[in-house]
Amino acid sequence: MTLIDLQLALPEIFVLSMTCILLLADLFIPAHRRGLTHLLAMLTLIFSAILTVRLMMPAGQEALAFSGTFIRDRFGDILKIFSYLTLAAVFVYAKHYLRQFDLLKGEFYSLSLFALLGIMVMISAGSMLTLYLGLELLALATYALVAFNRESLPGSEAAMKYFILGSLASGLLLYGMSLLYGATGTLALAEIGQSLELSTTGSGLMLTFGLVFVVVGIAFKLGVVPMHMWVPDVYHGAPLAATLFIATVPKIAGLALVIRMLDDGLSGLHGDWQMMVAVLAALSLLLGNLAAIAQTNIKRMLAYSTISHMGFMLLGILAGTPDGYASAMFYTLAYVIMSAGAFAVVIMVSTPDHEAQEIDDFKGLARRNPWQAFLMLMLMFSLAGIPVFLGFFAKWQVIAATINAGFTNLAILAVMTAVVGAFYYLRVVKVMYFDEPETEQAIAVPYDFKALLSANGLAVLALGLFSGGLIELCISAFLTG
Amino acid sequence: MLDWPLLSLLIWLPIVAACVVALVGSAQPGLVRPLALVGALVVLGLSVVLYLGFDTGTSAYQFQEKAPWISAFNVYYHLGVDGFALPLIMLTALIGVLVIIGGWGIKDRVHLYMAAFLVLEGLMVGVFAAMDALLFYVFFEAMLVPMFLIIGIWGGPNRIYATIKFFLFTFFGSVFMLIALIWMYLQSGSFEITDLHSLPIDLHAQILIFLAFLIAFAVKIPMWPVHTWLPDAHVEAPTGGSVVLAAVMLKIGGYGLVRFSLPITPDAAAALDWLVIGLSLVAITYIGFVALAQSDMKKLIAYSSISHMGFVTLGLFLAFAIARNSGELKGAGLGMSGAMVQMISHGFISAAMFSAVGVLYDRAHSREIKSYGGVANTMPWFAVFAVLFFMANSGLPGTSGFVGEFMVIIAAFHANFWFAFVAATTLLLGAAYSLWLVKRVFYGEVGNQKVAGLKDLTGREWVVLTTLAAFILAVGVWPFPLIEMMEASVQDLMMHIVESKLK
Repeated sequence: MTLIDLQLALPEIFVLSMTCILLLADLFIPAHRRGLTHLLAMLTLIFSAILTVRLMMPAGQEALAFSGTFIRDRFGDILKIFSYLTLAAVFVYAKHYLRQFDLLKGEFYSLSLFALLGIMVMISAGSMLTLYLGLELLALATYALVAFNRESLPGSEAAMKYFILGSLASGLLLYGMSLLYGATGTLALAEIGQSLELSTTGSGLMLTFGLVFVVVGIAFKLGVVPMHMWVPDVYHGAPLAATLFIATVPKIAGLALVIRMLDDGLSGLHGDWQMMVAVLAALSLLLGNLAAIAQTNIKRMLAYSTISHMGFMLLGILAGTPDGYASAMFYTLAYVIMSAGAFAVVIMVSTPDHEAQEIDDFKGLARRNPWQAFLMLMLMFSLAGIPVFLGFFAKWQVIAATINAGFTNLAILAVMTAVVGAFYYLRVVKVMYFDEPETEQAIAVPYDFKALLSANGLAVLALGLFSGGLIELCISAFLTG
Repeated sequence: MLDWPLLSLLIWLPIVAACVVALVGSAQPGLVRPLALVGALVVLGLSVVLYLGFDTGTSAYQFQEKAPWISAFNVYYHLGVDGFALPLIMLTALIGVLVIIGGWGIKDRVHLYMAAFLVLEGLMVGVFAAMDALLFYVFFEAMLVPMFLIIGIWGGPNRIYATIKFFLFTFFGSVFMLIALIWMYLQSGSFEITDLHSLPIDLHAQILIFLAFLIAFAVKIPMWPVHTWLPDAHVEAPTGGSVVLAAVMLKIGGYGLVRFSLPITPDAAAALDWLVIGLSLVAITYIGFVALAQSDMKKLIAYSSISHMGFVTLGLFLAFAIARNSGELKGAGLGMSGAMVQMISHGFISAAMFSAVGVLYDRAHSREIKSYGGVANTMPWFAVFAVLFFMANSGLPGTSGFVGEFMVIIAAFHANFWFAFVAATTLLLGAAYSLWLVKRVFYGEVGNQKVAGLKDLTGREWVVLTTLAAFILAVGVWPFPLIEMMEASVQDLMMHIVESKLK
């Protein structure tokens, strides 16, 4: 270990130390001053963003640390910065919810920050061990977050379900990794990649088995069909603040997992995993969109919508080309932005005596809070993939990558399921705009929440109108040499 | 003056005006209507400037603006107009003003109503002015959002069913176009429409692309059998929504055929012209009969729109049959110009008829034909206009309705006697359903108490109906400026479609 190693991992070290400080400091912060914990968590995120940006890797370069187990590259840096920003947004949205439901405890912040650390480790993973380590840190923190409301029965049930299924998936992933280790003799992803390229025997049985297990593990973490069962239950049972978290930041980690494993490590087996990913994507698109139509609960509806979106994202991976990966990255980032905004509006509609669960809770929102309803309208149309909103540009790029990879039929399936999907997003707009409210009273929203939600909603429009910058950022993440 | 980015102004000015109106709306409700009107009038003024600066002698795109938009994918913010786009942009600007005047009496959330129409106007101009296929697609789809809200918020009792049906039908159609556009981009590396015009494609791919475009545009036009959303949407939409839908949005389908299908896939269009011609003839006759059976005035006009749009698709695709028959293109240009004239003319006439029904609906709150009778007795001035509009709809010489249909029928004779024969039945059918409606609603004894209490036109209604009547008569009597505007572009399109693009 050298000083350079430490310098490259500075953001991770900073987040770790700050989280420990926050854990301790929170013990001495009285309940009515909990805002201080919030402030401390926000400061952590801001400073880690500054640290990451200052040492941001130029396109095409990468630096290795800790004997190659830790990678610092542009892809990772961009994902990390997005993770900080998203988590900061989650904190602002969640504070409003937690305060209303009397759940504002320091543990929410420390658990989330530990999860963030896990995500950062995953993003920077240079070996399967690091990847697994980060994944477990993220998973354990998330299980606890789901059960955050101790008194809630559905919450405990969801956490239990998530924990059991999640452990199973981790086990499968670990088994797959050990098979890969057995076949190649190394844990380092780059070395696995090289040995696969050099091997003349093609994919042996052990490699294929390892690959299958790894893909199953990835599919579970992303929540794509047929490893999707946990998604609706966890989204539904968890307190909204935790759902908001699960629906946003870990998706970035999911992308990192896919890219690090399938691109960095197993690109030599592209021919083998391409069809697996294609099947996962197609099934998720179909089941996610069709099942979402039948939901009356907004959390479950958004959960099924997540399944379909992750399926769409996987289409970008299919091609196995830098352009394809860039489109998947763009899709993930776009999805995270839209999902954060959508859940924020659900939080806004929730009041202490009534957590918004049903789509009907949005009735006549356009009369009660016209501006927020308009923001939700943009978010919904964006999720449906209607131009000029961000979601369209994400879909368009992924479709282009899919057609380019020769999967035109899959692209047609994707757009047709997008039409199906448009229906349930439209239903939310319909409820907000065309139905009469039960009460005319506007919902009171704190200023920071309101400002961030406005920025979030307008970002969906602005990043759609001027999508060029974000597209180039994503492409630059996959430039080589 | 002409150095201004006129097209950008035409697109963005209404959208900016919409934001202003929406923001001012909640604080100063009194300012909403005048502000929206000023915005729309400025746009109309700009469109006149565009017309004055337009050179009819060339088929080249004019008033071009080009700036990189998404450089990673070679997408440009590229605008320009030719003889096909210009009249449609002017129609859009005119209708934009009329719907704002027509919607003066809206009570519920008027600032959103005005804002939605202004945004819609900007997006529709964008569709006609886009020279980049992706930009076109973006405008084409984005248009659905304001229309969805207009029908859903201010529509009739069954508005939710209608608006969701409208949205999903159109969205379903257009996603195939997106696939086709991306496929061509991957072949040519460009989204420029003019580049796509010169991209060689083999016949198999051409047919698939042609069908993808056809689904998108056939839903929009709408052609039989994908027309079922239109009667629902029209019946439930508020008057302004029906006017914009019939006058401009349907034309986008026809415009798409001219801009994409014909020049990009001429060989496939030639191979499949029987399909489009067949569907057009079905629309003209069968839907004409359906219109005859309607008891709801708006539904009748909606079916009549489908039937009349059949002339547009017929006129556009006659060229191939003519070329096959006679080996030359004599008469084909006539069909194409006729189709374009028909689009503009139908824009005026359908807008006029929907406005007329709106006038009645505002007073008596019924669209049923049988709740009226003898309206001419209580509203004589209104009856004058209404009779003129319905006469124009049935193709009376001297009105714009005659010109386009006549040109298309003449062209149809060059192609095949039976095409012309079937198409000409519309003169009979159109007259039957239009005049029968006039007879039942306007003539005879005063039908009931409600009709007896009707008051004649207000000032605002006068403005709307007079303007439309003036244009209907002007194009009917002297269509030359309109035809001249499009002539060069029609000739250019003919050159494109006779040239095979097979590799």
